[in-house]
Amino acid sequence: MESSRRRFLKLAGISAVGLGTAPALNAFAASGGHDAAQPYVKKGARALRAKQWAMVIDTRRFHSAKDLEPMIEACNKSHNIPTKITNTDHEIKWIWEAEFHHAFPTKASKFLSEEIEHKSFLVLCNHCENPSCVRACPTKATFKRESDGIVLMDFHRCIGCRFCMAACPFGARSFNFRDPRDFIPEDDKNLEFPTRMKGVVEKCNFCAERLAVGKEPACVEASDGAIIFGDLYDPHSHVREVLKENYTIRRKQQLGTEPSVYYIV
Amino acid sequence: MLELAFKGGKTYWGWIVALLAIIGAAFGVYLWQLKFGLGITGLSRDVSWGFYIANFTYLVGVAAGGVMVVLPYYLHDYKAYGKVTILGEFLAIASIVMCLSFVIVDLGQPTRIFNTLLYPSPNSILFFDIVVLQGYLFLNIIIGWNVLEAERNNDHYQFWVKPLIYLSIPWAISIHTVTAFLYCGLPGRGFWMTAILAPRFLSSAFAAGPSLLILLCLFIRHFTKFDPGREQIQSLAKTVAYAICINVFFFLCEVFVAFYSNIPEHMDHIKYLFVGLHGHSLMVPWMWTSMILMVVGIILVVNPVTRKNENILVIACIVIIFGTWIDKALGMIAGGFVPNPLHQVNEYWPTGPEAMISLGVYAVGALVLTVLYKIAVSVKEEIRG
Ligand code: SF4
Ligand code: SF4
Ligand code: SF4
Repeated sequence: MESSRRRFLKLAGISAVGLGTAPALNAFAASGGHDAAQPYVKKGARALRAKQWAMVIDTRRFHSAKDLEPMIEACNKSHNIPTKITNTDHEIKWIWEAEFHHAFPTKASKFLSEEIEHKSFLVLCNHCENPSCVRACPTKATFKRESDGIVLMDFHRCIGCRFCMAACPFGARSFNFRDPRDFIPEDDKNLEFPTRMKGVVEKCNFCAERLAVGKEPACVEASDGAIIFGDLYDPHSHVREVLKENYTIRRKQQLGTEPSVYYIV
Repeated sequence: MLELAFKGGKTYWGWIVALLAIIGAAFGVYLWQLKFGLGITGLSRDVSWGFYIANFTYLVGVAAGGVMVVLPYYLHDYKAYGKVTILGEFLAIASIVMCLSFVIVDLGQPTRIFNTLLYPSPNSILFFDIVVLQGYLFLNIIIGWNVLEAERNNDHYQFWVKPLIYLSIPWAISIHTVTAFLYCGLPGRGFWMTAILAPRFLSSAFAAGPSLLILLCLFIRHFTKFDPGREQIQSLAKTVAYAICINVFFFLCEVFVAFYSNIPEHMDHIKYLFVGLHGHSLMVPWMWTSMILMVVGIILVVNPVTRKNENILVIACIVIIFGTWIDKALGMIAGGFVPNPLHQVNEYWPTGPEAMISLGVYAVGALVLTVLYKIAVSVKEEIRG
């Protein structure tokens, strides 16, 4: 039983993460005139599309660490995060909470408003437009998907060199220091998403597997409208409308990685 | 020539067996690491590289340091080094073998290492590092072996070896430059983000590599009939003297830039290393020890009286090797990763199993070096005999 489940998860991993959003692989379709037949991944009919997915987090809507829990839990549950690991050195975190001066170390004024100083902020992979993690990866196991700008990982290719962890200026990446499968809470297991093995790196994938079937990311869904998700390069997208109307900040934008996660404070 | 490695006395074989025993024990621990994962090390989400990569970095330096005998001999026709170039080249081979082993034991999925070649990614410095290290390994094997064999047959080495020798000189510089680029091109790591990192690595390499060579030369003179020569050792010591001074000078340049500019991202890492940060000060005694050792080393090798006394020179070399090791291996990694990108302090210290595996890798290097030096020394003894 266990092994058939594993096999299924593996399959799901290949289609959702290895190849891209949609599971349909059409190996015979020729893409126009002179091109030879090139295998390509066909988008699912319901798949959401964008040039560069982006997120705006309206932090005014969250007041305490407790308010952030639903989003973190939603992510943990949909991605088989081994939350039972108690050794903080070995933690796997895709989305978590940090205080202002940790989330925005270069922006923390000496005297912050009391509310901001003690509030918790959601932090996750920024799906940078110039991702330094992608530059560093020696196997292209971490790559920026051209079709929609998501920085994805191929868990089956990663050699676990952890160069990407050194290269990410946001601490967004986690390494599986041991087999994570024993540490996934029984009720949280999601059979539609692959579990990982020891020795590979992982991080938030902007819920590529959900976008592929027309759903918004799990954390966005759980945020009750406080997190807005959309195409950064569609001037009419919800994200762009919110960005037009609100002053937003990004984490460490002076480093030039161009984070795609914006914060309204 | 390989047969020469099999003719040895009791001590020689005893040493080989001891090394094999260490390698065997360490391999056992490595199998455990393979089974359990890198969780048996002291590494963490915040300090994701540690002892393995630190030693890797240091040994790339030792390998590059070998060029300090090759360069004067072939480019400046400094004849005295003719006797010892082979020792520099063979030291480089053993060091690179250790470097590559350290990279492998550091991988989470070592069986997939060939993915780096299956999916070559020229945008990744690690890709280039693997390429230049392997290139340097082969260059030294070809050059060392050919030159030694020719010497044994009382012949001139083949003509095509010469261009390879010339190539090996800039190549030595390149291996350490590329290794520095692993670190210094990463956004958001203030400690490493300095254009002087590669020169710093090289200066420390040219102090540590020749120091080790001096120790090996003295050892060979003491225990075999081959004498690498007093003049050679003294010349090497002068190289060490310049290099260690430059190394400390470069470090002081870093300190000036970080503290005069007063930019926290650059200062905090140095503060963590030397005075501690937010109450965390694991590295502090080590870094000061390193500084003291390097300064003592400078005094001993710069002063001609102490440098010319070979007994004191031994102490100077040991002091410099340890001083630069702490600085470049321990400090470079801990300093770069602490504080983490979210400005939290999470310290790192290697665990027992991690140290044991590292010891095993050093034993592999010692084994390679022993065999190679045995061959080289036997050839030299034959010629003189
Ligand atoms: S946040 Fe880090 S992991 Fe995510 S894309 Fe940017 S550099 Fe890469
Ligand atoms: S750990 Fe994996 S994803 Fe990260 S750089 Fe290495 S191979 Fe690439
Ligand atoms: S976008 Fe998806 S993967 Fe990323 S933090 Fe939100 S729920 Fe997790």
